[in-house]
Amino acid sequence: MSTAAETTIAAPRSTRVDAKYTRDKGKKGNFEMFAWLFMRVSGVILVVLVFGHLFSNLMLGEGIHGVDFGFVAGKWADPIWMFWDLVMLWLAMLHGANGVRTIINDYAQRDGVRFWLSMILYVATAAIIILGTLVIFTFEPCMVDATGQLLSGTPAFCAG
Amino acid sequence: MTSATAQAPAKNGRGTLYRGYGGMWSWVGHRITGVVIFFYLLVHVLDTSLVRVSPEAYDAVIGSYKNPLFALGEAGLVAAVLFHALNGLRIILVDFWKGGTKHQKTLLWVVLGLWVVLTLGFCVRHFMLAFGGM
Repeated sequence: MSTAAETTIAAPRSTRVDAKYTRDKGKKGNFEMFAWLFMRVSGVILVVLVFGHLFSNLMLGEGIHGVDFGFVAGKWADPIWMFWDLVMLWLAMLHGANGVRTIINDYAQRDGVRFWLSMILYVATAAIIILGTLVIFTFEPCMVDATGQLLSGTPAFCAG
Repeated sequence: MTSATAQAPAKNGRGTLYRGYGGMWSWVGHRITGVVIFFYLLVHVLDTSLVRVSPEAYDAVIGSYKNPLFALGEAGLVAAVLFHALNGLRIILVDFWKGGTKHQKTLLWVVLGLWVVLTLGFCVRHFMLAFGGM
């Protein structure tokens, strides 16, 4: 039995790893390392973007009661908010999708289940990123119907 | 082949087991809040996309967010975002800051303290706005 007062942990045997445990240096490259780094870098940026978003939409002015079509039109009249929301959309979706990818890989043990869950995740992620990006860039505050009449609910400046 | 040194218990009597302590529970919390936020994000991009349908469609759906029950849901969501953000910053400090592992227990308490304070601060302002009054 060990009677040593100090705990000693055996040093990792990194210099004599059995060949079957050595990492695959082939096709996958450093993807997992970049994914790990991306989570940390995007996480720090998202802290700023998400809390700025929550603060301006829910804490300032009338809070949730102030949010309507005109509020969105007012924000996206400013290219800074367009850029803010665009970067937030891409980083949040990629950060979230990579997190869910990790969870699928952890818990879905059968190859078929893991493959299809991953496919659903990737398709849904791509669809939401493309949809959100198109909405930000094609947004039209003064929407009109087929006869050229302004739709109800458009902001007041459209009529002026 | 098992070396005796590898199994020697740490001074605190807990050994080097990760399971069952703060580190594990914050990891569980990080996963659960992350998944919740991701699914909300999918829905939130879809509801915001209604601004391309018509002002009335967007206002009708956003109107449901103004319901008192949704105000509670929003508070829960913001609590989840705050925990995920603060715990994420703790993970980054543990990974990149030299003193991160030494002070990991203190960092977890700082995360929990800030989380409670910021969540309560948000709830006070949000509920005053959401439930009228101002």
